[in-house]
Amino acid sequence: MEANTRGTGRLPAAFLTPGSSSFTEFLDAYQPELLPSRRTLPATPVTVEAPHGTTIVAVTFPGGVVMAGDRRATMGNLIAQRDIEKVFPADEYSCVGIAGTAGLAVEMVRLFQVELEHYEKIEGATMSLEGKANRLSQMIRGNLGMAMQGLAVVPLYAGFDVGLGIGRIYNYDVTGGRSVEQGFTSVGSGSLFARGSLKKLYRDDLSAEDAVTVCVQALYDAADDDSATGGPDVSRKIYPIVTVVTEDGLDRWSDERVGGVVQTILGERLIRPNGPNAPVN
Amino acid sequence: MTTPFYVSPQQAMADRADYARKGIARGRSVVVLTYADGILFVAENPSRALHKMSEIYDRIAFAAVGKYNEFENLRIGGVRYADIRGYSYARHDVTARGLANVYAQTLGTIFSSGGEKPYEVELIVAEVGSTTADDQIYRLTYDGSIADEHHYVAMGGNADQITEQLKRTHREGLPLDEALRVAVDVLGRDGSGEKRTITAAQLEVAVLDRTRSQQRKFKRIVGAQLARLLGEAAPAAEEPADTAADGAAADGAGEANGAAENGSTPKAEGSPEE
Repeated sequence: MEANTRGTGRLPAAFLTPGSSSFTEFLDAYQPELLPSRRTLPATPVTVEAPHGTTIVAVTFPGGVVMAGDRRATMGNLIAQRDIEKVFPADEYSCVGIAGTAGLAVEMVRLFQVELEHYEKIEGATMSLEGKANRLSQMIRGNLGMAMQGLAVVPLYAGFDVGLGIGRIYNYDVTGGRSVEQGFTSVGSGSLFARGSLKKLYRDDLSAEDAVTVCVQALYDAADDDSATGGPDVSRKIYPIVTVVTEDGLDRWSDERVGGVVQTILGERLIRPNGPNAPVN
Repeated sequence: MTTPFYVSPQQAMADRADYARKGIARGRSVVVLTYADGILFVAENPSRALHKMSEIYDRIAFAAVGKYNEFENLRIGGVRYADIRGYSYARHDVTARGLANVYAQTLGTIFSSGGEKPYEVELIVAEVGSTTADDQIYRLTYDGSIADEHHYVAMGGNADQITEQLKRTHREGLPLDEALRVAVDVLGRDGSGEKRTITAAQLEVAVLDRTRSQQRKFKRIVGAQLARLLGEAAPAAEEPADTAADGAAADGAGEANGAAENGSTPKAEGSPEE
């Protein structure tokens, strides 16, 4: 009743018209102004200083996938926020991490979460992981206009494929192009350094705990060389966000638990500042 | 020139009410009752895919009797209403009271407008609170009347008889297995008063469980868990409702998104039965 500002108290006809089980498509027909992709862009490109999220890493292991993100948002040379959350649960079996313009990215994640939940409720069944990944592609394409203005959003999507029984990672580019990553990947400004680190630490028989350690090591290496990526902030107890998705669903690790991993890594780095050595041969 | 017959407004409304009531009474009943950890929904429904009760939002669920295509339409409308509201405001701002109001307005307008056939449905909108005292159950009838129910409610079939029996057998704060047995017992006694045994395969059971760690409290109880809860040797101790990771995922089959039966044979069961 309160939500319906357009007429009487009854549900508007659009609500009772059978049709799509997609929330975005329904919004597009009913209240398009709520959709980020329907926003009008300024005619001439302008440079906007807005907080940017930085590095996200993801690693698969037998039986699941781990995603972790640092906590820094930057605006030019400033640190805009030191405890931003950039890894979100998308639904029970998947999570999404964001790099790029934080404000737009968080909105995209919110819409994506509702999209998945809405489908599940209307259809009475969950969407396939592939289907979810494709929905996210379409949302990134909707943001292309903004991306051309310098406000790009590049998510990383990871989930447990209930049908196949494995963890999968989907990487995106700014045009919505999508690729399935084998083993590990990273996005954001520190992703080059994180990827190098992941490459040396990744094995295909990691346990969930080891996969988390690999992710935190990679974020540490990214923060080491990229000023926009935040390392673990021990004095403020701000640690990376770590999410583990397995057959049992999504588990966001508590700060204490991640803190334990961080402390171990820091202890080792006091002896060997560049992190663990990979064998030469 | 012919003069149209005069039908008094009272008579017109009484006829429409009669029409709707008959349609609703033809189906089997749905029982909704509170238990220690939340709200329990039980219905006799042989179909695994055509549900009489569903999730609307985090703490809100929906149950219905009557014509499937009509209440399915209302259910989808409710999910859209809740999701739009939760998206543009906050998840906390979606309430059962708001939703019940919208349904009441919708049903009321349809009932009193001469152009539309009245909906042959009765709905329950329930919201689980953080304590038993905060649980809310609203019952909506075909004409848009809304009633704030406490502890238990039955609709469809012999709802009045079942309510009478529930008054005797339902207590506050029952554990889940006992509450379920109370509900199954009263469902099996409808009609002539003789007792039928209803098996797990004939039941549709769901809960809004406030102890569930997820944001979404709705969960279907199916398969082994349902059989265990119904089992005669079930322990008196409270069963945790939450074993599967996700209720909605566990129910598997996709729901037919439209009319499951044709409009000319109003029947309250979700699926055709002999």
